[in-house]
Parts: sequence; C-alpha cells; structure tokens
Amino acid sequence: MSPSGTVIRVQEADFDVGAEIAAVSDGQPSVGGVAAFVGLVRDIAGGAAVAAMTLEHYPGMTEKALAAIAAEARSRWPLDGVCIVHRFGRLLPGDRIVLVVTASAHRDAAFDGCRFLMDWLKTKAPFWKREETPDGDRWVAARSDDDRAAERWLATPAPLSEKAP
Amino acid sequence: MKLLYFAWLKQRTGISEETVSPPDDVRTVAALVDWLRLRGPGYADAFADLRPIRVAVNQEFAAFDSAIGPDDEIALFPPVTGG
Repeated sequence: MSPSGTVIRVQEADFDVGAEIAAVSDGQPSVGGVAAFVGLVRDIAGGAAVAAMTLEHYPGMTEKALAAIAAEARSRWPLDGVCIVHRFGRLLPGDRIVLVVTASAHRDAAFDGCRFLMDWLKTKAPFWKREETPDGDRWVAARSDDDRAAERWLATPAPLSEKAP
Repeated sequence: MKLLYFAWLKQRTGISEETVSPPDDVRTVAALVDWLRLRGPGYADAFADLRPIRVAVNQEFAAFDSAIGPDDEIALFPPVTGG
C-alpha cells in the first residue's frame, strides 16, 4: 500500500484478488467495509464465440488516467483505500481483466466508489480490446451504455457524508 | 512532434509510433490530421472519418481543435474499450 492509499497497476500478469483486498484494508481499523469488482473475459460477445481477447493500452497515459480516476473517486467519497489493477496482453475466456477495490468506514462509499471507478475506467482509460472469433479478429466497439453509465455520475455530486453502516 | 496510433488506427497506418515535422502552419490536431492524410493511402484510410477517432495531447484527452507544437506527443485512437 502506498502512503496515499491508492494502488494503480497495469500489468500483463494475473492478480490475486484476496491479496489485493487484504492490502487495501489490513492494518486500517477504521475500515468498515471493502467492495471489489472483478471483470472477466466472456466466451461470447455480440453472438460470436470469443476464443481469446487481446488488450492494448497506452503506456504512460494509462497510469495517469487511472490515477486521475482514483483521485476523482477519493474526492467524492471518504475512501480509506483504492486499488485498480488492469491487465493487458492476450487473455482467454474466464481470465481476469480488471480489479477495482475500495475500502471505507461505511458500505455506501465503498459500493458507490467501486461502481464509479469501473464506470469511469471503461470510458476514460486508454485500453482497447480485440477479440478472436470464428469470423476473424475484430476490435471491440465502444458501447453507448458505457458512456451513459459514466455520464450519470456527472449529475451526481460528491456525497461526502458520513452515513450509518 | 511524436505521434502514436492505437488499435485499428495502428493497423490502418501500419505504424505504432513516429516522429514527424509538419509545416509551421500545422497548429492544431485537425490540421495535423489533414496533413497526415496526404502521406499515403494507409493514412487516408485511417483518417477518412474522424467521428470514431479520439485524441490525446501529452497523454491527456484533447479535442481536434487543440493547439499542438513541435515538442508535443499526440496520440490518435478509437474510443476506449477497457474494463
């Protein structure tokens, strides 16, 4: 855990969800809850079988973008810890792609912060997915649903309140 | 200036990264793209339609009317699809 309580990693290797959750909350008795989201490679997309997926990213900008997204989450909710791990390279169905972990005194901040991080990451971090299908390779198109999911947070001001657990 | 291309823009241009010296009157991303289109069929194909293309200047999201200079790093790519 960094002193700031934010961990950002972009890596080819898999990650250990339990270890990352422990790193965000261990030794922090003020943490009352941890929320985590893990994104996986699906074996079907748009009606086509997906044999594998390759994730490309923009080294340098990716880390900056993820750090900015984490900072935005921390400005909106009282988070004691944030962890974002995103993989790149060739992944197979069932493989883990991304992990987002948030720790807070209360569950509302942890849940909302975790969802916010995923929604913003999907539209603001420079990653691109390419799928291998029986009809050949294809780049995944951006989804308007993802844009809407990110935009709805723009209408939601930071609820930096202390709510009952 | 340093240019980077990602995803299908990299495939269509056939280049992931290059250093270019466009004329002095190329002062925005839009002018840069107009100039790049003249460099060959791969570029013309990649930049035929700007609607599905996004821009970053010095690793920050930017717009086609953003100002650019010789020392800038400009990246061109499709909308992101991570997560």
